[in-house]
Amino acid sequence: MTTFSTAPSASERRNLYTPHKMRIVKATDEAPGVRTFQLQFVDSEVGARFSFEAGQFGEYSVYGEGESTFCIASSPTRTGYIECTFRQAGRVTSALADRQEGDIIGFRGPYGNTFPVERWEGKNVLFIAGGIALPPVRCVIWNVLDLRDRYRDVSIIYGARTVADLVYKHELAEWDQRSDVNLWVTVDPGGQTPEWTGKVGFVPAIVEEVRPRPADTIAVLCGPPIMIKLTLPVLAKLGFAPEQIYTTLENRMKCGVGKCGRCNVGKVFVCKDGPVFTLAQLNELPPEY
Amino acid sequence: MSESSILQRASLGAWLEAMGRAGRRVLAPVQEADRVVFGTPSAPEQIATGFVQTPGSAKSVVFPPFDEMLRFRTNGEDVHVEEPSIAAEPTVLFGVRPCDAASFATLKAVFTWDSPDAWVESRMANLTVISVSCTQCDEYCFCTSVGGGPGSTQGSDILLTPLDDRRWLVEVLTEKGRAAAGLAPQLFAPANGEAASKEKLLAQVPVRFEAKEVAGELPSLFDHPEVWKEQSLRCLGCGACAFVCPTCSCFDIQDERVRDQGTRLRCWDSCGFRLFTLHASGHNPRHVQSERWRQRVMHKFSYQPERLGVTGCVGCGRCSRACPVDMNLGEHVRRLSEMSV
Repeated sequence: MTTFSTAPSASERRNLYTPHKMRIVKATDEAPGVRTFQLQFVDSEVGARFSFEAGQFGEYSVYGEGESTFCIASSPTRTGYIECTFRQAGRVTSALADRQEGDIIGFRGPYGNTFPVERWEGKNVLFIAGGIALPPVRCVIWNVLDLRDRYRDVSIIYGARTVADLVYKHELAEWDQRSDVNLWVTVDPGGQTPEWTGKVGFVPAIVEEVRPRPADTIAVLCGPPIMIKLTLPVLAKLGFAPEQIYTTLENRMKCGVGKCGRCNVGKVFVCKDGPVFTLAQLNELPPEY
Repeated sequence: MSESSILQRASLGAWLEAMGRAGRRVLAPVQEADRVVFGTPSAPEQIATGFVQTPGSAKSVVFPPFDEMLRFRTNGEDVHVEEPSIAAEPTVLFGVRPCDAASFATLKAVFTWDSPDAWVESRMANLTVISVSCTQCDEYCFCTSVGGGPGSTQGSDILLTPLDDRRWLVEVLTEKGRAAAGLAPQLFAPANGEAASKEKLLAQVPVRFEAKEVAGELPSLFDHPEVWKEQSLRCLGCGACAFVCPTCSCFDIQDERVRDQGTRLRCWDSCGFRLFTLHASGHNPRHVQSERWRQRVMHKFSYQPERLGVTGCVGCGRCSRACPVDMNLGEHVRRLSEMSV
């Protein structure tokens, strides 16, 4: 018979799926149904050992409701905590959304590969994101901005359906104020308010209007499939090569460790070989993502 | 390490008793109502022998339909978590078919590559597989197309081949097998050339395709949706094939809770289900059933061979016997193998 205990003996192999307890130290409402949690490890020794890199993800859980997969939305340059931003969509995210500052949730990770930000040093970095896909990009944006002198131009094009749906509004304002960041924020036609001073139009159209230069530039593109599909031809027309374009695939996952069988694209495990891919790598895969 | 000997069927009870005395749990095919299932026989007469294949596979021994991953009790804002022990009970799996014995290699590859799953690893380390060669097969069997055979020793610690209705030819294949036979060495008599007659006693399972060749051909068929549609138009997406499959290992993780107490479960899942890959946004990379059928075939016959060096199918035919709309994996893959694109 299986026995249960709070602390398996040291000689036993670790249970791959046991989450670490994390405390919600700050909860922020970003947009309707979208929240950000800042989390700290309850066990400070675990916290001291923990490290991650830009692009990695984790399994966040509410005990009794289940686990959900999100990227780590904070930058690895900011230590002592991690952040996640999620939209309330199902059972787990609804239970998470009900959690308050001080509450404890589960986290296991980090999983997956990373954006090679060190290899991008000396280059221009262009971020293009849509809607709730800003969180995985935001991790990289802060990573680059916290090491600002290692990169050349930093440009951000971000769009959402409506003004209310824009996430990280305070940070958008902060980036807008910075002279070392070029920022374009847009909302879909009809999504603007009378006070809106940003752009109105779909992300691919704004990219076409901004005309980023491909020379020595890395493009990080993340958004809903339709935005990706329509933005890629624009980037190609501007002269971006598939090797210059990075994205992160947000496939459904359960285990995070290459076993549960659902995140694969062909023979590639998004959870192990991804989630970060260049367009050149994606072009090698069967069109099933 | 194969060593041949002879075991009288009448001695099985004594051997199983010796295993019990040595602290091993014995699981074997037993008749339960009109089905043969894996259970603990209380006497050797209970062990079913006259079947072609059990409806369910033996994979639950290492990968049960529901695995408790955690137990927890919430307490105000905090939560008390308990983990199950990784230690596994020493178990003898007696009387499985050679295809089921072969399936453990696929399960092992999935669960131990990169980050080893300690439970599956520990259950496998504590498992002794004593299989029985097949002297009969049916139209669903295709082990010989996927590298196996009715008398294949792959994955077995001991293989028994019925010589007649009184005796088994015994092949001890591994250290674990030697330990199991060593629990009652007096029961095993030296073989006198009986091993030579093994091949003649086995079922004749026709070769429908060569899995190794199929693995090379399938990627070129990926982008031919008509092929996959034609094969899966009648698929209901019920998932029965995955649940009876000895190598299907895809799983879901679900919490169950009653008030403040609950458990986190790993449960069998199937790539045939629409929800399997559905994103929260509504986007689904495998949007229609034919894409899910393609995943099933490609995963078993192309991705797993390429990525993990194992074929995700042992040709037991259970999926086809269980299919409510009579899809036949062996036949479907044979037809794919004959397509040239």
